[in-house]
Amino acid sequence: MSDRLTVRKTYKLYVNGAFPRSESGRTYEVTDARGHFLANAAWASRKDARDAVVAARSAFAKWSAATAYNRGQVLYRVAEVLEGRAAQFAEEVAAGEGLSGSKARAEVDAAIDRWVWYAGWTDKLAAVLGSSNPVAGPYFGFSMPEPTGVVAVLAPQRSSLLGLVSVLAPVLAGGNTAVVVSSKGRPLPAITLGEVLATSDVPGGVVNLLTGDAAEIGPWLAEHADVDAIDLAGTAGPLAMELERSAAGTVKRVLRAPAEEPDWSSDPGLSRLRPFLETKSVWHPMGV
Amino acid sequence: MSIFEYAPALESRSLVDLRPSYGLFVDGEFTEGTGTPLKTVNPATEEVLSEVATGSDADVDRAVRAARRAFVKTWGPMRPADRGKYLFRIARLLQERAREFAVLETLDNGKPIRESRDVDVPLAAAHFFYHAGWADKLEHAGLGAAPRPLGVAGQVIPWNFPLMMLAWKVAPALATGNTVVLKPAETTPLTALLFAEICQQADLPPGVVNIVTGAGETGRAVVSHPDVDKVAFTGSTEVGRSIARTVAGTHKRLTLELGGKAANIVFDDAPVDQAVEGIVRGIFFNQGHVCCAGSRLLVQESVHDEVVAALQRRIGTLRVGDPLDKNTDLGAINSAPQLERIRELVAAGDAEGAQRWQPEGDLPARGYWFKPTVFTGVSSAHRIARDEVFGPVLSVLTFRTPDEAVAKANNSTYGLSAGVWSEKGSRILSITSKLRAGVVWANTFNEFDPTSPFGGYKQSGYGREGGRQGLAAYLKGDA
Repeated sequence: MSDRLTVRKTYKLYVNGAFPRSESGRTYEVTDARGHFLANAAWASRKDARDAVVAARSAFAKWSAATAYNRGQVLYRVAEVLEGRAAQFAEEVAAGEGLSGSKARAEVDAAIDRWVWYAGWTDKLAAVLGSSNPVAGPYFGFSMPEPTGVVAVLAPQRSSLLGLVSVLAPVLAGGNTAVVVSSKGRPLPAITLGEVLATSDVPGGVVNLLTGDAAEIGPWLAEHADVDAIDLAGTAGPLAMELERSAAGTVKRVLRAPAEEPDWSSDPGLSRLRPFLETKSVWHPMGV
Repeated sequence: MSIFEYAPALESRSLVDLRPSYGLFVDGEFTEGTGTPLKTVNPATEEVLSEVATGSDADVDRAVRAARRAFVKTWGPMRPADRGKYLFRIARLLQERAREFAVLETLDNGKPIRESRDVDVPLAAAHFFYHAGWADKLEHAGLGAAPRPLGVAGQVIPWNFPLMMLAWKVAPALATGNTVVLKPAETTPLTALLFAEICQQADLPPGVVNIVTGAGETGRAVVSHPDVDKVAFTGSTEVGRSIARTVAGTHKRLTLELGGKAANIVFDDAPVDQAVEGIVRGIFFNQGHVCCAGSRLLVQESVHDEVVAALQRRIGTLRVGDPLDKNTDLGAINSAPQLERIRELVAAGDAEGAQRWQPEGDLPARGYWFKPTVFTGVSSAHRIARDEVFGPVLSVLTFRTPDEAVAKANNSTYGLSAGVWSEKGSRILSITSKLRAGVVWANTFNEFDPTSPFGGYKQSGYGREGGRQGLAAYLKGDA
């Protein structure tokens, strides 16, 4: 048994490729499943959310214009780095969710596999969701999926890594950029995921991770005119309804919260990709 | 006035048998409405065409219950191929009675017979044909192996394309196994009621299609009815927002097709004559009562004067007047309130310093009319460049570089459609991919087809109508 004193990690936000503290200076205590202190997490404010939206908006032009092949490569790289840090994630998941070591490891493995699944979708979406349109006239017509834009993601509250990956990866695979509010009670894997993203070729600003309270930050994101879509996965009841209602003001795309937090291990299909894609139809005359 | 006057070439009204009053169409039968009836007028003459029942909350409830019964008992369990056959029947019946529908549409809406005859009615039939074929092929639509209908669809449609919008809503809903309660616009209910006769002639089971006429209150009752599973709305962004609020927190699925402020971008290498035809078609088609109208003309600075001169020459030849005349290009504005809105925005254009141009000539003394109008010297900040006019009013802006064109085009809360005019293929492909709009027409404008998904980005709404993509709005998939 070593008597070495461990170096504890300071958990911060992940915004625009950097790791700032909350501008509000606030933190909150994160405990493990049995109530023991784990860390002080940054408690993101409205201003942090706005900064994150600015970062996500500026990153959108480049990320959405990247080739599908390139996006797939970058996302696959995330899975590689995740794999290398699986042990650390397993520890955080085990502590936060109160899982045994092996169960936590299984969650992490599933999260990595989920990330790989979405990495493989980037260059297939156009073929599966797009179309050539046989219009009744001398026109060449086709439709293609395009990203909606900046997506606010209120991550699941219980499943701190698999749930988070399941909602974040599809947003990115479609070419959107994201502002994520992590699970409030179990935020640590989110920030560690930020470290993975920062070291795996995902451009700064494409993903912004805020730790804090969806009930506090959510309304600002739902109303924000520069947020194009919102995923309410981590909300429920009156809050979900209130957020959906405010999202109506800017005709935001809303992915509603499920009745209860789903079993994230099941096959997601296209159900989380489709809501954050637009279809653009292009017409051009054909002639000589 | 032009040198040669055309002799009038009037389409006959004789095929249309207008009744003095119309009821609602609920559970396969025409019935009285319990609301205060409304009068529908011919906007070209202000003549009252007929009195139409208004659906109250109780009437809407009756219609929704009929739709639910039909969904559970007949339409839902029916063999998909048979559902398809009903839709094929409807499509054929629409074609058989095409002329009657076109005349009635023109009388009630004010649009030129040339357009109702050549665009509205044929496209409505085409939508039923297209979707008829989907009914028994839904497992191939890319929505999972066994997509299921949602149930009862509540649909609210606008007055600009009354029959066509009905077809865009009803055909996909029925093809996917849903039943519908449709509320047509208060100023243009007549073709929807004639469509109810088509449903009867097709022997469509009672309750599958219900038509409840009325104004905003009736629409609200449809949208907020607790037993409606799906809401589809086409209309203003303002109403769309309020519907989204109403639907929030419920199980109802929602699609919205809202306003637009399309940029029509003309590059210096565009063929001017073709571009001018496209600009005219983009903004003056259907009196500009088109959500995807090309109402912001962005012209490259070097060809601005040439394009504007050619455009004014061309507009001078447009014939404004009797919508039943086969030579008419621009018909009547649909209603007095809409005319008022157009006038208000045009006054704002004048007040903000843009230069207004209108062709010579007189407008008919009676009815609701507005001359084709072009504003030059418009900047992105002007109201006429930001607000949807929904009338024959074009704003002309300029740009110098392709990047500036894209930036200006995308500088809008709307994102429904756009146009690009250039002879250079690589430029067309680059610009179309950068425009944030759901439909982009290159070297053409205002083309529609049931196989081509239509719908908006940003505040122009969500969801698509038409194509394989449009089916998603009416199906629960496992994917």
